[in-house]
Amino acid sequence: MKFPAFEYARPTSLDAALGLLKVHGGDAVLLAGGQSLMPLLAFRLAAPGLLVDLKDVPGLGAIGIDAEGVRLGAFVRWCEIDRNARLAAAHPLLVEAIGHVAHYQIRNRGTVGGSLAYADPAAEMPGIAVTCDGEIIVMGGAGERRVAAADFFLGALTTCLEPGEIITGLRLPAWPKDRRWAFLEFARRRGDFALAGTALYYDLDSEGRAVDAHIGVIGAADRPMRLAEAERAINGSAVDADSIAAAAEAASLEVDPMEDFHAPVAYRRALVQTLVARALTRAAG
Amino acid sequence: MRIKFEVNGTKVELDVEPRVSLADCLRDTLRLTGTHLGCEHGVCGACTVIVDGAAVRACLMLAVQAHGEHIVTVEGLSNDDALSPLQASFRKHHALQCGFCTPGMITTAHALLTEEPDADAERVREVLSGNICRCTGYIPIIKAVLEARAHYAGEDAPP
Repeated sequence: MKFPAFEYARPTSLDAALGLLKVHGGDAVLLAGGQSLMPLLAFRLAAPGLLVDLKDVPGLGAIGIDAEGVRLGAFVRWCEIDRNARLAAAHPLLVEAIGHVAHYQIRNRGTVGGSLAYADPAAEMPGIAVTCDGEIIVMGGAGERRVAAADFFLGALTTCLEPGEIITGLRLPAWPKDRRWAFLEFARRRGDFALAGTALYYDLDSEGRAVDAHIGVIGAADRPMRLAEAERAINGSAVDADSIAAAAEAASLEVDPMEDFHAPVAYRRALVQTLVARALTRAAG
Repeated sequence: MRIKFEVNGTKVELDVEPRVSLADCLRDTLRLTGTHLGCEHGVCGACTVIVDGAAVRACLMLAVQAHGEHIVTVEGLSNDDALSPLQASFRKHHALQCGFCTPGMITTAHALLTEEPDADAERVREVLSGNICRCTGYIPIIKAVLEARAHYAGEDAPP
């Protein structure tokens, strides 16, 4: 037995779950798929007094696609994104990126809301939320609020969620059919956390120039981030060898990688430069 | 906490502490010791069991989360001394040496082939990348799984 002692509750409504959070304050932790929380408990990096299992809370597991875009309920599991045939057309970048999340068994349990709440700097779901102007839907005692993904992630494993709040879903704006995009990441072993990765897209104007470029990176700072300088290097230009090289170089200078035993800072900068160049080349192809 | 679930077709009802993992509950309380525990934090895949048809890591799931679910462990995949086609294929291809990772390999491959009997070599490799084996070098395991596919596609497919 590795886990610290805790109590367990399985409320059957969102109100009941919010009520438990209100009573127990910061001592309660939400449980969805548990694929990040259980390792934390096993290492005793977290020792909550109460786990609030959201499994029986209705309404958190839906995938919605409409003219506004895509809405993923917080309890949507990775394997359900794989299986949803309509999502690949509605948001190809999302589906491609989520294909890189973890290993088979973990994909059968891990959830959208859990990944957003855990906020690993190298995780794909937060990266897509930030890159694609996503909005995180949060329910608290005072009602619902929507937080731009760019404001949601404050640092490694840190979000702006208050103790009494529950993520109920993620909304991604509609995806134009002709949008150019790519997702690339590099991990030592497929399914492991990436050493770095990039999600990017742009649209083309009538002259064939890139507009509205969004270039995001994961594993390259203490949180997922968009790269304004790299985007500037692409916006208004044809996406060719020159603008790709300029954007990739800008990207390598703009990121703020962490040094750890997996890779030094210089390696991660070089990796971002390579990945952004390859991803832009793929998107343009 | 009082929980009920079904394991290998048998209904069980028991009291568990909330902090007990499904893996510990299966091994220590139900004495189903075929489920092996390697890393106990979701990296090695040895403890893989099948929960409502999906392969999951039993060390990353609480026993209380299994309430109301149908669990299949490696013990549930064969009858007594007779090997299942997948197990026979592992034996034929020497897909195990020490055998510690084998229950997780078998449950994972069984869940995969039940859902995707036409999985190709790349798909099998990708799925088994979540299971660590320190003996075989994986090649015989991939061969064994690929050869067992035929038994999952036809009418004699296991339930």
